[in-house]
Amino acid sequence: MTVALSGKEIATKIEERFPGSVVKSSPDSLVVKSEFLLDVATFLKTTPDLDFDYLTAITAIDYYDRFEVVYQLTSIKHNHSLMVKTHCYGRDNLSLPSVVGLWRGADFQEREIYDLMGISFDGHPNMKRIVLWEGFEGHPLRKDYGT
Amino acid sequence: MRDTRYARIMVLKTEPFILNIGPVHPSTHGVFRMRTTLDGEVVVDVEPVFGYLHRGIEKLAEERTYTGVIPLTDRLDYVASMSNNLAYCLAVEKLAGISVPERAEYLRVILAELQRIASHLIAVGAFLNDCGAFFTPFLYMFREREKIVDLFEMVSGQRLLYNYMRIGGFNQDVPDEFLPALDKLLAQMPRFIEEYERLLKENEILLARAKGVGILPKEVAINISASGPVLRASGVKWDIRKKDPYSIYDRFDFDIPTGEVGDCYDRYRVRVEEMRQSLRIINQARRQLPAGEVKSEVPHLVRPPAGEAYAHIEAPKGELGFHLVSDNSIAPYRCHIRAPSLLNLTALRDMAIGWKVADLIIIFGSIDIVMGEIDR
Amino acid sequence: MILNSSLNSIAYSSTLPPDWPGGFWWHWLLFTVIIIVFALTLVMGFIWIERRGMGRMQARLGPNQAGPFGLLQPVADALKILLKEDIIPAKADRIVHWLAPVVAFAPALMIFAVVPFGDGAMLADLDIGILYVVAIASISAIGIFMAGWGSSNKYSMLGAMRGIASVVSYEIPVVLAIAGVVLVAGSMSLNQIVLAQDIPFILLQPLGFLLFFIGGCAEINRSPFDLMEADSELTAGFHTEYSGMKFAMFYLMEYAEAVAISAIIATLFLGGWRGPLLPPWLWFVLKVIFVFFIMVWTRTTLPRVRIDQLMALAWKFLFPLALINLIVTAIQILVWPDALPWILVPINLAIMALLILLWSKLFKLGWGRVEV
Repeated sequence: MTVALSGKEIATKIEERFPGSVVKSSPDSLVVKSEFLLDVATFLKTTPDLDFDYLTAITAIDYYDRFEVVYQLTSIKHNHSLMVKTHCYGRDNLSLPSVVGLWRGADFQEREIYDLMGISFDGHPNMKRIVLWEGFEGHPLRKDYGT
Repeated sequence: MRDTRYARIMVLKTEPFILNIGPVHPSTHGVFRMRTTLDGEVVVDVEPVFGYLHRGIEKLAEERTYTGVIPLTDRLDYVASMSNNLAYCLAVEKLAGISVPERAEYLRVILAELQRIASHLIAVGAFLNDCGAFFTPFLYMFREREKIVDLFEMVSGQRLLYNYMRIGGFNQDVPDEFLPALDKLLAQMPRFIEEYERLLKENEILLARAKGVGILPKEVAINISASGPVLRASGVKWDIRKKDPYSIYDRFDFDIPTGEVGDCYDRYRVRVEEMRQSLRIINQARRQLPAGEVKSEVPHLVRPPAGEAYAHIEAPKGELGFHLVSDNSIAPYRCHIRAPSLLNLTALRDMAIGWKVADLIIIFGSIDIVMGEIDR
Repeated sequence: MILNSSLNSIAYSSTLPPDWPGGFWWHWLLFTVIIIVFALTLVMGFIWIERRGMGRMQARLGPNQAGPFGLLQPVADALKILLKEDIIPAKADRIVHWLAPVVAFAPALMIFAVVPFGDGAMLADLDIGILYVVAIASISAIGIFMAGWGSSNKYSMLGAMRGIASVVSYEIPVVLAIAGVVLVAGSMSLNQIVLAQDIPFILLQPLGFLLFFIGGCAEINRSPFDLMEADSELTAGFHTEYSGMKFAMFYLMEYAEAVAISAIIATLFLGGWRGPLLPPWLWFVLKVIFVFFIMVWTRTTLPRVRIDQLMALAWKFLFPLALINLIVTAIQILVWPDALPWILVPINLAIMALLILLWSKLFKLGWGRVEV
């Protein structure tokens, strides 16, 4: 059984290492500040007893006032998982650090989020639209698209 | 890092040219384009280009009721719709805290495993077809898939997009003739799998073509979030049915077949082996199948409490996950689909570079993608 | 019966003095037309055999609607294809594009000129018949290359390059295998070769037969060596850009070549038209069908090899074996010219088995991956 690690416990570990990086934490997830995202991700991947070597999925959710980007992390070694979130405020020129350097599985998913949600990822080697064509107006998965 | 052994080959370097394999091409398994840079026959670079089948399923799901999304999930991996239904229903059930009756759980396992066999039959057949075995294995596999599809037609009335599972079980029990037909299939199937394996398992040409071709090392496979047979062929014993049992998979006894080196041949072997394991599961589930209801009390319009849930299953192609966000309305606020084909496709470039065009095709075939799932 | 009598007339014609075709231009024309019609009919029949046979082997029916047993399917296809629009790509080299199917198709028919359908029943009993076959058969490759070049399509070009590479490589083992037969028969005339086969040369030259069969399949791009069309890789290879009648020409060429190679194999190794009871032409056709059937069989069974494996097979496996086969045959003929064939048969079979076993141990395919 994949153990879903408690967001609170991990949050305290992260706080120890990067003070002020965790916005809030709950038993099943934790939210980090976007400027700390890459540091936290590296920490989660490389810390021996965490070893989040597998990036299951990235999702972005539009809450009008903010975008929430969700990283589902799994450790194949220890068979545990964690949900890390980060927030992205505003509607235009959004950007987050890319985690492609850590998990290359993020490649297509980040491009997809860029395409459909309009959050661009800094440091991604090939940040362009993936399912829609070049020159498409807008980002369809946003809640205000087409209204 | 150039190996000196190939120094003489590299002297004959020609000007690289770009070849668009697809969007319409016999072996792209849908509308898919590989923007390939070739140096003679050697693949120098591959860039997958897709989106031709993008229907915005994630967006459409936001405008439908929870039950109304089920037909959309059919259209993801359209050769394994049963598995998609299952993954979605599990996600909604997790979100809304709905339990499923015993009989429905067993039937779900039976149907999902039948679907896995059907999907792997296509995968293996198409892979061998890509290797150039002129349609023979493909049609043999289809003959067997046909029997499974007949069973599905019996239960759902459909042959491709089943739309059979419902939140909290099924909307109707399987018909009376289903179980005898299933028993008949279970009796025949092992023999056919043997036969298909014998067709080409030790064929010299297949070994020469597939062994050692398109190796995906273990570390890379994990790093690129590969899942399903692609990940297992690289030697990672990771099967969600075992590692994070959903539904009632913890009650069954089965093995996780893994490959050794992660080449095309291993991926082919893992799929064939998985069909056997699926049969084992179906046999056990068939024996233990209880009587009773197939649907729990679920309101007509499911209205889960606000929150989010991620449920994943081991679909035939890999880890299929649904990330649902609810705002306590009758429609999902956000429905993200973690498509195994999309993520497995990340591996294509790594595996194909340096091989010939012909290898690119079989490497691509061995990943086993379905465009409905990639483009969504 | 009409066919039979005309074939007998061909036989008659070939007994005329060396100033053949006998001074009658219409005579020559008539029999040329008959041979072409016969060959084309055979080709249509073979298309039917292949499609039905393949259907049977692939657990499906195959065409069975047009005419009895679907026999008229090739006719229906031909009619359909004649009515299709002829599309020429905008950037194609129009003349080359137009000429390619003709250049590829004509040689496949020309081979039939020297194939004996009965004792001397052939259009031209050339003294160098087999050399003529080898020479003519290679011309098709030029047509294929023209098609690949003229279409200005990358798939076509890749297919054509593969085609040229395979034809050039496989020509050598094929010719060496033929040389063995010629040594045994003591003549290059196909009719003489048939007459020399008191026992079929497949027994005297088993290795030569295998080499010729494999090499022949590769030269005419039958599966598992159908690299230049390779539908799963190159869509349709060299004829990707062809439609209508021009495509039909390539399609017919493929089968005409397959029939021609089957006919050559039947003539060189299976005793040609010789056989008891049945009329010679029937024996011949049956043998051709038999050889062709094996080709259909391999096509439905085997996956396709890769281009470097194809080359490796030609140069590292077939070529040395063909050389050894030729040397062994020459030694046998020189040292032991009066040996009874029944003694040579087991010896040659043993040599073949030994060589193939030995060579498959030595034979190593190249490393497929190239660092880029």
